[in-house]
Amino acid sequence: MAMDKKIFTTPIIKANPITVLVLGICSALAVTVKLEPAIVMGISVTLVTGLSSFLISLIRKTIPNRIRIIVQLVVVAMFVILISEFLKAFVYDVSKQLSVYVGLIITNCIIMGRIEAFGLTEKPLPSLVDGLANGLGYGLILVIVALFRELLGSGTILGTQVIPQSLYEAGYMNNGLFIMPPMALILIGCLIWIQRSFQKEDN
Amino acid sequence: MDTNKNSYTIIYTIALVAVVATILALVSIGLKDRQQTNIDVEKQSNILGCAGLAQDVKNASDKNAYIQEEFKKYITEALVINADGDIIVREDISKTDKINQCAAFKIKPKEQFDIIKKIEAASEADKKALKDKLQLPVFVCNTPNEGVNYIISGYGAGLWGPIWTYMAIKEDGTGIAGALFDHEGETPGLGGDIVTEKFRNQFTDKIFIENGSMVPVRIVKGGVKDKAHEVDALSGATITSKAVETMVNSWLAYYQPFLYKNAKNK
Repeated sequence: MAMDKKIFTTPIIKANPITVLVLGICSALAVTVKLEPAIVMGISVTLVTGLSSFLISLIRKTIPNRIRIIVQLVVVAMFVILISEFLKAFVYDVSKQLSVYVGLIITNCIIMGRIEAFGLTEKPLPSLVDGLANGLGYGLILVIVALFRELLGSGTILGTQVIPQSLYEAGYMNNGLFIMPPMALILIGCLIWIQRSFQKEDN
Repeated sequence: MDTNKNSYTIIYTIALVAVVATILALVSIGLKDRQQTNIDVEKQSNILGCAGLAQDVKNASDKNAYIQEEFKKYITEALVINADGDIIVREDISKTDKINQCAAFKIKPKEQFDIIKKIEAASEADKKALKDKLQLPVFVCNTPNEGVNYIISGYGAGLWGPIWTYMAIKEDGTGIAGALFDHEGETPGLGGDIVTEKFRNQFTDKIFIENGSMVPVRIVKGGVKDKAHEVDALSGATITSKAVETMVNSWLAYYQPFLYKNAKNK
C-alpha cells in the first residue's frame, strides 16, 4: 500500500501533468476563464482518466499491440460520451456551460499519455489511482489559473462579485488581458517557474 | 494466445466496437426522456425569462414544475405565423396538457433559420415557394406590469457555433420589452457573456420601428450615444457582438409583418 500512496501523490505536484509533463495545455487555456467550468472540467477529466486507465488495464493482456491506440481511443471516447450524456440528463446547466469542451476531453493528451505510460503495463487498481491522481493534478492547475483569471479579468469568483464596487468607482478596471488565452499561458508559465525553482534537486 | 494474428485483431475490433456501441445506445435510450425534459424546460424558461418572468427559479424546490406552472400562468396563446404575418395555428395554452406538444413549441428555430438562408440566396422566382414553408412561433404573454408581450424567437451563427434569442416585443409592436440570448459554444468570459443580464438588459426599451419603418438595433463599440437604438458591444468579442446584431435585426424583420398586423397601433 505504501507503493499506492506514492502513485497517488506524485502526479498531483511532483510530476504534475501540466506543469511538469506539459500535457493538456490547450484545454487548460480554453476552460479557465471562469472558475466553475474549470472545476467541472477537472472533475470530468479525473473521472475519464481514472476509469479509462482502469478499463484498459483490465483488458491490457488481450489488446493486440498493433491497434492498441485505436482501442484506447474507443474506450476513452466511450467514457467521454457517457459523462456527456449523464451531465445532460442530470446537471443540464453545467453541461451547457462546458458545451463543446466535454467532447474535447477525448483529445486531452493526459488521458492517452497515462494509458500508454501506466495503464498498459500495470495492474488495474494502481492504474485507476494513477489516472485519478493525474486528473486531480490537472484539475488543480486549472482551478489555480481560473481563480486568477476570473478574479483579475472579471472581478468575480464563481460568478459572485468580490472586488468591491467602491474600488471600481475609484477608477479600478478589470484587466481584459486575463480573459484572453495568452494570459493563461503566461500564468501557467509562472506556475511552472515557481514549481521548478522549488524542485531543483530533481534535475 | 497470439494476440498479433490478423484474425484475432479483426475479431477483437469487431467485438470491442459492438460492446461499446451497445453500452452507448442503451445509455442514450435510457436517458433520452430526461434530457428532452431538460431541453423543453430550458426553452420554456427562456421564453419566460426574456419577458423578465420566472426569476425565482433558484429558490424553487422543483425547477421543472415551477417553470411549467409559471408558463401556464403567463403565456396565454401559442401562435404559428407565416412569412406574411398571418396566423396559421392558434393554441390556447391553458387548454393544453402538454406544453411541448404545441405546434409553436415544436418548431425548431434551426430549421427555420435554414429556410431563411435559402430564401436569401434564392432567385426572385423561387422565393415565393420557399416563403410558404416558413413558419415562425409567437408566444403571447400576459405580463403582470406591462400588458401583452409578443415573444418571438431567433437563431443565428455566432463565432464558434449557433446563437439564439428570445425577444419580448411590446404590445404596440415597435419596441423590445426584453431579450435573452444563449449560445452553444461561444468563448466563456468573452462571447459567452451574451447570456449575462448586463448585456441582455441593454436591449430593453430599444425601438426598432420608427414612423412606420424599420430602424435596426445597432451594437456599437466605445460607448452608446443614441440610447433608443444602440447597445454596447462586448469587449473582446467583436464577432459574437456582430452576430447578435445581425440575428436580432434579421428576425425582427421577419416578424415585422405579423407585428404590423396584430400590434395595437398601426
